[in-house]
Amino acid sequence: MRPPRSRGDRALLAAYRLACAAVLAFLLLPVLAVIPLSFNAGSFLTYPMTGWSLRWYEDFFTSARWLAASRNSAFIGVLATILATALGTAAALGLDQLGRRRRQALAAFFILPVVVPVVVIGSSLYALMAPLGLTNGYFGLVMAHALLGAPFVVITVSATLRGFDRNLLRAALGLGAAPLTAFRMVTLPLILPGVVSGAVFAFATSFDEIVVTLFLAGPQQRTLPLQMFDGVREQISPTITAAATLLFLLAVALVGVVELLRRRTERLRGPA
Amino acid sequence: MAAGTVRAPAGRSRFRLRLGAWLLILPLFLFAAGTFVIPIGLMLVRSVQDPDFAAAFPRTAVALAAWDGRDLPPDATARTFLAELQAARGGDRISPAATRLNADLAGFRSLLLRTARNARAVGEDGLGTLAAIDARWAEPGLWAAMRRAAGPLTDYFLLAAIDLQRTDDGSIAAMPETRAVFVDVFIRTLWIGFVVTAFCLVLGYPVAYLIANAPARWANLLLVVVLIPFWTSVLVRTTAWVVLLQRDGLVNGLLRWSGIVEQPLALIYNRTGVLVAMVHVLLPLMILPLYSVMKGIGPSPMRAAMSLGARPLEAFARVYLPQTRAGIAAGALLVYISAIGYYVTPELVGGGGDQMISYFIAFYTNRTLNWGLAAALSLILLLATGLLYLAYARIEVRPEAGK
Repeated sequence: MRPPRSRGDRALLAAYRLACAAVLAFLLLPVLAVIPLSFNAGSFLTYPMTGWSLRWYEDFFTSARWLAASRNSAFIGVLATILATALGTAAALGLDQLGRRRRQALAAFFILPVVVPVVVIGSSLYALMAPLGLTNGYFGLVMAHALLGAPFVVITVSATLRGFDRNLLRAALGLGAAPLTAFRMVTLPLILPGVVSGAVFAFATSFDEIVVTLFLAGPQQRTLPLQMFDGVREQISPTITAAATLLFLLAVALVGVVELLRRRTERLRGPA
Repeated sequence: MAAGTVRAPAGRSRFRLRLGAWLLILPLFLFAAGTFVIPIGLMLVRSVQDPDFAAAFPRTAVALAAWDGRDLPPDATARTFLAELQAARGGDRISPAATRLNADLAGFRSLLLRTARNARAVGEDGLGTLAAIDARWAEPGLWAAMRRAAGPLTDYFLLAAIDLQRTDDGSIAAMPETRAVFVDVFIRTLWIGFVVTAFCLVLGYPVAYLIANAPARWANLLLVVVLIPFWTSVLVRTTAWVVLLQRDGLVNGLLRWSGIVEQPLALIYNRTGVLVAMVHVLLPLMILPLYSVMKGIGPSPMRAAMSLGARPLEAFARVYLPQTRAGIAAGALLVYISAIGYYVTPELVGGGGDQMISYFIAFYTNRTLNWGLAAALSLILLLATGLLYLAYARIEVRPEAGK
């Protein structure tokens, strides 16, 4: 049934595919191009490389600053993720039981922290916390990162709830299950993919957060993005490329997790 | 639906369900209020507050507010000021006041601190005593600046954020050219946002179409190619561009090797670097909404138009493009909203003339501690973002309304 293509059309199609390939290369190659440099034996960040070596990874894993930054990022990320996931999941469950108008208005409010420019959030938290002596501490960072991560949890959990057959929960309650048991046995397993992808989003947000961190972190709270920020601004050492490679691998792993969850949800729900 | 439906709870249990819903929502609501609404609200209030001068010189502030602002204030005001200067000396309130006055009139900081060191309370001729310490105290402009800073409310910061100021006689006038920076910064911010959005649309649209109409296996693979950079830390991607675009970087190396240029190009620490890095970071935000809209359209409208004899480009422009308008608007608004709030990328790959409004908000917040000005600039950025978000929310709601 395909209409016959003229030569001009075929050339157009080829040019179009080439252009798309170029854009996709633009997206993916810059990061990939940095990876080999992290294995460079020399200390210049240029090609051709002078030989292969793991010295920059060794530097990363023995440097007190990079290790402290990794620990801080993990610590803040985990706490912020737990907080964001708990608050976001509860809110999404509550929103699901409201009428459309209220649900949409509240959902729009809960999404705001990712819409408002981060610099405004960072600067207002700084102006509030600095006089109280709460900057240069973990408390403010965990709170701020949880704030930025919670919207993703609300979105992903709400999305799984949209396909959730409420009859299942009513049946469980009607058969005499306590509300908490019904939640644990029926609701939670069904929304779990949404909860986990929301948590992954929240963790990635915290792990990548730099702007609020610039305002609120003291010397004891240096995170990986902060360490990289300073490194890029002052003098790029090849250790940064090792850190970038490790963070890139983490991103690939996170995409894998979220993709798997998405496919699992699609499979469970079947063709709509 | 009807046959298999379990009866929805009614009456009292329905009320309990509703209550349960609100109890589930409440924690996040309170959390967002405490970490988001209240801090931003308090910050924005600072854009019209002017507490620093009055905190250090409360009685002088009252006296200045009562003064009509013409020529020099009454001598009693000057004597009050001298007494308060003497009392404030060495305290920690005089420095914020000096900073505030200096922001209005350059040189005021050192003048005030020096005057405070030499001040002593006098019984008469306060103005003369001040003029003996520094001749500038005989200038009415100095006193007018102090009167403007007397608070408690002010339009000083809001006017300064759009390059305006009050003159000594109280009328609004343009900032002198050397100090008028923010209108330029706002225009630059909006312009960079526009250029980045345009590039993202031009580059993202064809790719979104390709992914939306590719066979499932290819589509998933291509989608991952888009998602991986999206998930990769912005710092990692910015680092990559610094490495690639530097003088001896890969891009310059390739350009010289292929003979396109002889001297390395300046690709970074200028506008080029900012645009390249920002388009790279924001492109997935354009592709993903376009993809989801195109996925819903499918290839059949194009095929139908072409089988009716339309050429591919014609079929595309007249049949397909109009159907993707919602995706274009959503993607463009998303990219634009993100772009005008950008801070890290311009700071790392831009030059002095490429800094956007966020840079100045950060600068006035934690470097000069001029929170009033930071708040006024934040307010303008928030207004722009809010208007765009409202437009975005209208697009987002529409498909659901059609259900």
